[in-house]
Amino acid sequence: MKSLGSIRRDFAPWNDPNAKPYIQFDKVTKKFGDFTAVNNLSLTIFEREFFALLGASGCGKSTLLRMLAGFEEPTAGRILLDGQDLRGIPPYRRPVNMMFQSYALFPHMTVDNNIAFGLKQDGMPKPDIAARVGEMLKLVKLEQFAKRKPHQLSGGQRQRVALARSVAKRPKVLLLDEPLGALDKKLREETQFELMDLQQSLGLTFVVVTHDQEEAMTMADRIAIIDKGEVMQVATPAEVYEAPGSRFVAGFVGNVNMFEGKIAHGEAGAASIDAGNGITIRTENAGDAATGAAVAFAIRPEKIRISSTRPAGAVNAIEGEVYDIAYLGDMTVYHVRLDDGQVVRASTMNAARITEDPLSWNDRAWVSFRPDAGVVLTR
Amino acid sequence: MNATWSRFNITSIVLGFAFLYLPIVLLVVFSFNESKLVTVWGGFSTKWYVSLFHNQGLMDATWVTARVAVISATVATVLGTLAALTLTRYTRFKGRTLFSGMVFAPLVMPEVITGLSLLLLFVAVGLDRGFLTVTLAHITLTMCFVAVVVQSRLITFDRSLEEAAMDLGAPPVKTFFQITLPVIMPAIVSGWMLAFTLSLDDLVIASFTSGPGATTLPMKIYSQVRLGVTPEINAACTILIAVVAVGVIIASLANKRREFQRQRDEQAAQRG
Amino acid sequence: MSNAAVTAATSSRATAAGKSALARLGEAFVSRLVILIPYLWLVFFFLIPFVIVFKISLSQTAIAIPPYTPVLGFGDGLAGFFAQLNELSIDNYIWLTQDALYVNAYVTSVIVAAISTVLTLLVGYPIAYGMARAPAMLRPTLLMLVILPFWTSFLIRVYAWIGILKPEGLLNQLLLATGIIGQPLVILNTYTAIFIGIVYSYLPFMVLPLYSALEKMDYSLIEAAKDLGCPPTSAFWKITFPLSLPGVIAGCLLVFIPAVGEFVIPDLLGGSQTLMIGKTLWNEFFANRDWPVSSAVAVILLLLLIVPIMLFQRAQARAQEQDR
Repeated sequence: MKSLGSIRRDFAPWNDPNAKPYIQFDKVTKKFGDFTAVNNLSLTIFEREFFALLGASGCGKSTLLRMLAGFEEPTAGRILLDGQDLRGIPPYRRPVNMMFQSYALFPHMTVDNNIAFGLKQDGMPKPDIAARVGEMLKLVKLEQFAKRKPHQLSGGQRQRVALARSVAKRPKVLLLDEPLGALDKKLREETQFELMDLQQSLGLTFVVVTHDQEEAMTMADRIAIIDKGEVMQVATPAEVYEAPGSRFVAGFVGNVNMFEGKIAHGEAGAASIDAGNGITIRTENAGDAATGAAVAFAIRPEKIRISSTRPAGAVNAIEGEVYDIAYLGDMTVYHVRLDDGQVVRASTMNAARITEDPLSWNDRAWVSFRPDAGVVLTR
Repeated sequence: MNATWSRFNITSIVLGFAFLYLPIVLLVVFSFNESKLVTVWGGFSTKWYVSLFHNQGLMDATWVTARVAVISATVATVLGTLAALTLTRYTRFKGRTLFSGMVFAPLVMPEVITGLSLLLLFVAVGLDRGFLTVTLAHITLTMCFVAVVVQSRLITFDRSLEEAAMDLGAPPVKTFFQITLPVIMPAIVSGWMLAFTLSLDDLVIASFTSGPGATTLPMKIYSQVRLGVTPEINAACTILIAVVAVGVIIASLANKRREFQRQRDEQAAQRG
Repeated sequence: MSNAAVTAATSSRATAAGKSALARLGEAFVSRLVILIPYLWLVFFFLIPFVIVFKISLSQTAIAIPPYTPVLGFGDGLAGFFAQLNELSIDNYIWLTQDALYVNAYVTSVIVAAISTVLTLLVGYPIAYGMARAPAMLRPTLLMLVILPFWTSFLIRVYAWIGILKPEGLLNQLLLATGIIGQPLVILNTYTAIFIGIVYSYLPFMVLPLYSALEKMDYSLIEAAKDLGCPPTSAFWKITFPLSLPGVIAGCLLVFIPAVGEFVIPDLLGGSQTLMIGKTLWNEFFANRDWPVSSAVAVILLLLLIVPIMLFQRAQARAQEQDR
């Protein structure tokens, strides 16, 4: 398989066997009564990394963050920060700061007092505090709002105060719990890039918890996909999308078409899969799946072509009937019902303005894809 | 708030509740004391309860108190509900500040002031002191408590329910009786119970506004307490506590049952 | 939507349905009535009595029924009214300020109420705090346990303490039996007994507003403070306590105001040696039958409490605004 790069190509300590891990979850388990929130989980995060914990609500990702902050102690296992075991260290002595999902701004304090709060705890001299607060206000562009109380701010402004307050102490690690969850879509997109710039300019390690895959894909260097307290995959956004490690990851991130079947014949990564009902899929990405193994063939909608006739020379082409067309502006998504009843999604970019669509509802159509377009999943 | 319940938290709650309940428990225990000395245990006996029922004065006072409490609580509930509606629904009318002041002030006003002022009013208008005056006084005091209880429910009341009813063609008065009233009914019931117990409880205002032939139970108890603590009073108090406790427990059980029934219905609805 | 708007909106719909103008008038009348009935009741039974108290505080004691002169009224025509007006005097107030007994009673009452309020706060805060931190499932039960004593007679609860506090009472028996003291403590009929009585009787009034303030608080604020380097004790004073201040103020007012004029507790537990204004007023009225002086006592007590009462009313109104 070809190597898939990240956005910051030069930054990839996880590929360097000599790189020193910064945060280490070492076989961590956390139980609340009978409920296991985190199950024997190990994870390594590197310095200056923007790391995302992605998962559905209740998957244990917030518990991981709260254990790092010190609000929960692991039931078993160790958490190391820069080589130091964090067990028993209370949250107020840990060199990490957290940006809360609810922002947790102190309602009885002004914006500048909120930002200064952590600095005052460290006994920083007054002039230094004032200077740092000013710097932070400038960083989040809230200079005119220093004397306001939290309830006099908009949602976006509150978010930025919370951010300024949590980075004011220059923590070793900044933890962000659903940092953009309370913002509307447009503001969220803007803020994503602001957060990335901030992380770059301050040179901090960010660990962000989110349930929004788009958010994780946009911002993070690497994403850990968490399900039921376990890590499903840790990889760069591109790897997670293009080379998911399991059916769960493929289905969780983005849209996917999945064909269940058996490897009919395989050698050196190439294989043909018998997907039943006379459908045979030829792929070059079978990895080391053995002949006869039960596998899933996963392929993204944008990698599938749709046409009214069978394209000449296509390796993989299946016939069906168009039963739904969704026009989304930038692209059009076709739902094609194959003869065995399975529905395949195929999306087409609308590169030209207003083209005459050759396909309509109930038309016979062919879906086709190249042998290297999908991946074979054994798990 | 949501956090761990520390040992300090538990200790302070246990000590606090012991402080609140121990005197009442001791009172009840010593009402079954054989000895005439209230604080020396002389064996179990129910004789004070027997003698209590032969105390005609106490029995008369109980009857008066019960009637005053039922009548005043009922009228106070109607007036208090109207006052609560006024406070939550009519935000702009002349004298609203005065009105809310008149509703909230009696809650904290020392009873001696309220009692004296009501008495002087009754004298000024030439009303003979007795059953009627005590009842009027209790209505005035307790309607404010009812108003606060009902008001706190009305504040959280979803106004779109009323708007929906009116949208479907129900005029305001009909909307009130068919929609608003049933929804706020639990608050009105607890308002009535509060008014009832406050009236049952009151010594000071009753002493000022009552006259011959309308001695209430607290007045009777008070005059006997002044003469000395007796197990008979303990027995009377125990019965009063029991009546209130049974009432509160029945009310909360009924509430729990309704809640339970609703949960079961909801589960059934989701399954079905 | 304002009620007028609701009425207007429905009325227009009703007209379309062919409803008569008379019915619309009827509805407007009903909403007027909702305001007027409780309003007039409170004016007549709460406001006017204060005017009468003030009027009688300016008249003289007399051996008559009612025991004061003059009876201000229009019975003798306008001329008679003005003649009576001339007889009004502020003698009762002068008498109150000159007699050390009354001045003492006022001062002592305020001090006793203030000390009791602080004590109630000290006892009540840990309880309310513990309740607010209790598992959510337990909280309604705890809340009911705090309210429950309030439903049992106030008089009975105060009375129960006599048996505990008197020299041969249960507390002394316990302390003597365990050998902590050699002599019975004299608690009953002292100010200590009054403090205990007030703290005990008014504890629910303190705990409830404190609890509702603490329970509303977002616990992530405390976590945020700790996260920023603040140890737990310091986080309490910097975050929890300031945020519970509305509850503290409401609770203190709910205890302080009635405690100043309290009668039952000083009378039953304080004995004859203690002096409080509620008891003084009671005695002036029932023992001395001096209605004008007791009215004057009430007027001054009311003036003393008017500022706290207005603060209380404003706090209530503000809390109501926030809940909306």
